[in-house]
Amino acid sequence: MEHAAPPAWAMLAYLVSGVLFILALRGLSSPATSRAGNRYGMIGMGIAVATTLVTHEIASLPEIIGAIAIGGGIGFVIARRIQMTAMPQLVAAFHSLVGMAAVLVGVAAYFNPAAFGILEPGGLDIAKQSRIEMGLGVAIGAITFSGSVIAFLKLAGKMSGAPILLPARHVINLGTLAAILVLVSLFHMDTPALFAGIVLASFAIGFLLIIPIGGADMPVVVSMLNSYSGWAAAAMGFTLHNTAMIITGALVGSSGAILSYIMCKAMNRSFVSVIAGGFGAAPEAAGGAPKEQRPWKRGSAEDAAFLLKEAENVIIIPGYGMAVAQAQHALREMGDVLKKEGVNVRYAIHPVAGRMPGHMNVLLAEANVPYDEVFELEDINAEFGQCDVAFIIGANDVVNPAAKTDKSSPIYGMPVFDVDKAKTVMFIKRSMGGVGYSGVDNDVFYMDQTMMLLADAKKMVEEIVKALAH
Amino acid sequence: MDFISILSIFVMACFVGYYVVWSVTPALHTPLMAVTNAISSVIVVGALIAAAAHGSPVGKWLGLGAVVLASVNIFGGFAVTARMLAMYKKKERK
Repeated sequence: MEHAAPPAWAMLAYLVSGVLFILALRGLSSPATSRAGNRYGMIGMGIAVATTLVTHEIASLPEIIGAIAIGGGIGFVIARRIQMTAMPQLVAAFHSLVGMAAVLVGVAAYFNPAAFGILEPGGLDIAKQSRIEMGLGVAIGAITFSGSVIAFLKLAGKMSGAPILLPARHVINLGTLAAILVLVSLFHMDTPALFAGIVLASFAIGFLLIIPIGGADMPVVVSMLNSYSGWAAAAMGFTLHNTAMIITGALVGSSGAILSYIMCKAMNRSFVSVIAGGFGAAPEAAGGAPKEQRPWKRGSAEDAAFLLKEAENVIIIPGYGMAVAQAQHALREMGDVLKKEGVNVRYAIHPVAGRMPGHMNVLLAEANVPYDEVFELEDINAEFGQCDVAFIIGANDVVNPAAKTDKSSPIYGMPVFDVDKAKTVMFIKRSMGGVGYSGVDNDVFYMDQTMMLLADAKKMVEEIVKALAH
Repeated sequence: MDFISILSIFVMACFVGYYVVWSVTPALHTPLMAVTNAISSVIVVGALIAAAAHGSPVGKWLGLGAVVLASVNIFGGFAVTARMLAMYKKKERK
């Protein structure tokens, strides 16, 4: 039985688990249905694992159960303990595991092709087509692994977020990619050296592709690696003729690709320019003109509290700086106090706020901000005309009007919040010196209606809450 | 299954993925990534086959290693998604 094709019921079971995975993603169309969706996903995974164990002769059940217990235990503890601000690096780390698992499975299949049913009919060699599929799967898996490790190190701050630019990196990268393609296409010949070459070159290219990409582009990178981990699973599914793996791989692959597209669009950057890297490398070069000293107004927590209390409509625009300062809980407290005063408080989130798609929404949800008070860019941008206070905390580039007016600006064309239409703008910032990731100065600082609140975001919000109590 | 049937499933699934993912609300994009991460660990199927098989000790240990990695992802991915989704609450209307 071990070498034969799986029985019909097993194929059906894999199909069912594939469908359950589709339902898991479908559930995410609204927070109300999302929890049920997640359960469908777990059931689908349970079915896939159980079917595999039942339909294969198992030489070593205790070891397998031990392996699942060790991995599962580690995963569960990490999932419980991880801070929501650290979610991007956790997801990157998880991607690297999928990539590595794909590599290990591919190599294992190479050593024991009989078990995977990929031998030439009647022969002892691996079927040619299976070799190519295997080669591709291992290559994508290895790229996912080393790329995700670099993304993890950058996101976790264990490696500088600044782009690392090798000389002639485009030539090196394209050369390595071409080499991988050639090796995979030659892999129909049974040469272990070719297989090793594919694995090594793919590890190298994953590393080389991600090191030149700067911190601001990480949302795209994380989504892209998400996509790769899906394609790796799909390629392995082709090797194993497994529907659950193919469906899942296609789902995850398209999901990551769509997220990368959304992120690129939200920054008005092309995917190619993100992948080419180097963005944010030389802030001095941006703009060119020497910074002129322009007048700006500084406000205190008391001033801010007074204006906020008097306001009817307040829109809060959080950015990654809020997450760094861990100010989300204090911010929600401020929102609660204002709501009690009868102020209409809403949150506006830019698609690229934070370090991964939707990161800011999770942080606000963690701080108990109801999700129906949180709005996306296109849903709220028309409201700034009726807004009394635009409260910017830890964001910068996403409110920079240069994106609309200054064609020479590196962020030109990026959709931004029209905060200049608000009656008052409050801008929480550590100091006047720092600029956003793009390295551009922001005209919002110098507008008549802008009040700069220079302090640590969390401290400032706490002081505003205190002042509101009086 | 022959290559063409597998390819058909794959292409159809790409289209399903395309439409399903566009319908995901942007507020849930982080849980989306976490859960896609968890389900892509269905690669555990391959890992289990390798770990269960006779004949190749190297293949078996590689398989067991892959089972450990994929399990971290499965349990970690679903658990962290569940944790995030539990935080999304509606406004309490009094």
